[in-house]
Amino acid sequence: MRVALFLTCVNDTLYPDTGRAVVKLLTRLGVDIDFPMGQTCCGQAHYNTGYRHEAEPLARKFSDVFGEYDAIVTPSGSCGAMVRELYPRMGERARAEGRGDGLAATLAPVVPKTYELTEFLVDVLGVTDVGAYYPHTVTYHPTCHGLRSLGLGDRPYQLLRAVKGLDLKELPGAQECCGFGGTFAVKNSDVSAAMAEDKVRNAGSTGADVLCAADNSCLMHLGGTMSRLHTAMRPVHIAEILASTQEEPLS
Amino acid sequence: MSGTFVGMPAFPKAAHEAVGNTTLRANLRHATHTIRDKRAKAVAELDDWALLREAGKQIKDHTLRHLDTYLVQLEEAVTAAGGVVHWAADADEANRIVTRLVKETGESEVVKVKSMATQEIGLNEALEAAGIAAYETDLAELIVQLGHDRPSHILVPAIHRNRGEIRDIFTKEMGAWGRPAPEGLTDTPAELAEAARLHLREKFLRAKVGISGANFMVAATGTLVVVESEGNGRMCLTLPETLISVVGIEKIVPTWRDLEVFLQTLPRSSTAERMNPYTSMWTGTSDSDGPQTFHLVLIDNGRTDTLADEVGRQALRCIRCSACLNVCPVYERAGGHAYGSVYPGPIGAILSPQLRGTASEIDASLPYASSLCGACYEVCPVAIDIPEVLVHLRERVVQGGEVTRRGAKVTLKPAKGHAGERAAMRAARWAFTHPAALATGQRLAARTRRFHPRMLPGPGRAWSATRDLPQVPAESFRDWWQRTHGSKESGK
Ligand code: SF4
Repeated sequence: MRVALFLTCVNDTLYPDTGRAVVKLLTRLGVDIDFPMGQTCCGQAHYNTGYRHEAEPLARKFSDVFGEYDAIVTPSGSCGAMVRELYPRMGERARAEGRGDGLAATLAPVVPKTYELTEFLVDVLGVTDVGAYYPHTVTYHPTCHGLRSLGLGDRPYQLLRAVKGLDLKELPGAQECCGFGGTFAVKNSDVSAAMAEDKVRNAGSTGADVLCAADNSCLMHLGGTMSRLHTAMRPVHIAEILASTQEEPLS
Repeated sequence: MSGTFVGMPAFPKAAHEAVGNTTLRANLRHATHTIRDKRAKAVAELDDWALLREAGKQIKDHTLRHLDTYLVQLEEAVTAAGGVVHWAADADEANRIVTRLVKETGESEVVKVKSMATQEIGLNEALEAAGIAAYETDLAELIVQLGHDRPSHILVPAIHRNRGEIRDIFTKEMGAWGRPAPEGLTDTPAELAEAARLHLREKFLRAKVGISGANFMVAATGTLVVVESEGNGRMCLTLPETLISVVGIEKIVPTWRDLEVFLQTLPRSSTAERMNPYTSMWTGTSDSDGPQTFHLVLIDNGRTDTLADEVGRQALRCIRCSACLNVCPVYERAGGHAYGSVYPGPIGAILSPQLRGTASEIDASLPYASSLCGACYEVCPVAIDIPEVLVHLRERVVQGGEVTRRGAKVTLKPAKGHAGERAAMRAARWAFTHPAALATGQRLAARTRRFHPRMLPGPGRAWSATRDLPQVPAESFRDWWQRTHGSKESGK
């Protein structure tokens, strides 16, 4: 099976540690993972802000770069949702606008092959115990796209529960949005900040020292809020927890 | 009464105050969280909820697709039952018709039962201008009206008020409208309800004209349906001599059988009740009972234009249950007033810019009043994909395009104030379609990282005012991969 890592532009630029963690984790599980250098961005920010026409060339490029692989793995629920939920919709819209089936046909092959990391682990590799060791108290925030668009459900919890040394705390109001929402955080910054503060407070009430999620954009927003509120908690991507082992622990 | 929403500032500005008002936020949080939990339980009781939701969606879609046929059928049935049907293309026309109808009765007072359509068109203000006093009889509407306020929730228009505030409003204002509040009124719910009951009873017994809305209209029989929990609606519908019902054209269902679906999904979604306490139905007039004259004013006011939009038309499926408001994290913090319309929350964010167009500041900002978290779509009993419509409307705002206005196709220009954003999106698209340029940019960012501000300039300032930015790492992932795996032939 030829597996490609779709890291996303945000992770590539700002969170390379998450990418290294995915590589380490999947290699440990016997997956030979490739990082196609031609990849850039799935076009989500463009699409969601109303620039669908700017997103289309990015989607085409995505298909072009990843089309040849058997599976595409991404450590981002929202970028995964962009490909799986919104690429088909972009194809439909192009058709409705009388531009034919071209876009739909170009994008169709990558849609079913794209997996968010926890889906890939549980559904494709069939593992929940990835042999990780992480001696911390953790609470998990199921980000909106992972929760509702992709329907990740119990998968991240199954994976976290199998991590040795990890004490998993239930997050009150887990299903509520953290307030990031891409450009929403800028355009409606008051409401966005209020949402983040409530999320950070809820997370703090669990006594956990780590807030974990499967999306670095949400974690950036929450981490920025934690730092501003001077909380002791840290944001950590789930890939980094799952990559951590007794021999090579993540601090 | 300051009941109109004309000249509202854009959403972020309107929301700013609400976010800072701790009493308001506490009132809203308490009310929405209580009802959302109850709703979840009421919905979980039904094994076939998903099927009911799908059925509701399909009935509404079918009806909307054949709206012309069903409206004609409705008109015939209402006329045959002794009613008179009036058609209003917009708010002004509707207000003119209703004002004329009231004047023809010779009355200068009317009682009203909750009708969002009349608020949408600003009927109370139009009647007042013509010297006619309109009294709201729904308890929450009464509180809003007495408080010279605006509704902030579909189902609980006074959701932003707590008991103490309501007592103060009753004590101060009731006397000016009719029977004053009893001496020494406290803020216990029973006393407040009794004060409202006495005040309203007097109005019901005196009124000769009633004005209502309707939740549904059955095309086959010309029957109108109101579901409510207080019983005030029923008094308002049966006691006056003349009844004028003002209803949006999308409220139609083909037959009584179709109603069955909504009579299950509406109460559970809105009040978390298995069944609503009062379901009133009226079909034209009858000699023995109820109003002797019945008028139905059907309003379009942007609805057929909305129907012309393939993606946006699903907003017309809405049965106004308010479930989407109660789960919306943005509504919870911004409050209903920030949406600048009688339709607040997620549904308001997609309905108002379609019914009114995106020309005003508030309407152009509403499609952005969401983090696209999807909670609204998940609870909607007629499966309106609100996030999908929001993104669709954002596209209309930033890129313009063809829309239908008053039945004619017009081409909208992109809204002002998005030029910088548009340029940035284009530049980002260019860099993202040229990976080498992206890598160069990343390297430049990494090399200059010690000089990066922790605050963003320009519009980004709003973000970094409340959150700290992460530091740019010394090496991007792609450079690391190149360095460590570069020998291996990797992809394109
Ligand atoms: S959009 Fe859906 S959830 Fe919201 S009020 Fe309408 S029917 Fe209810």
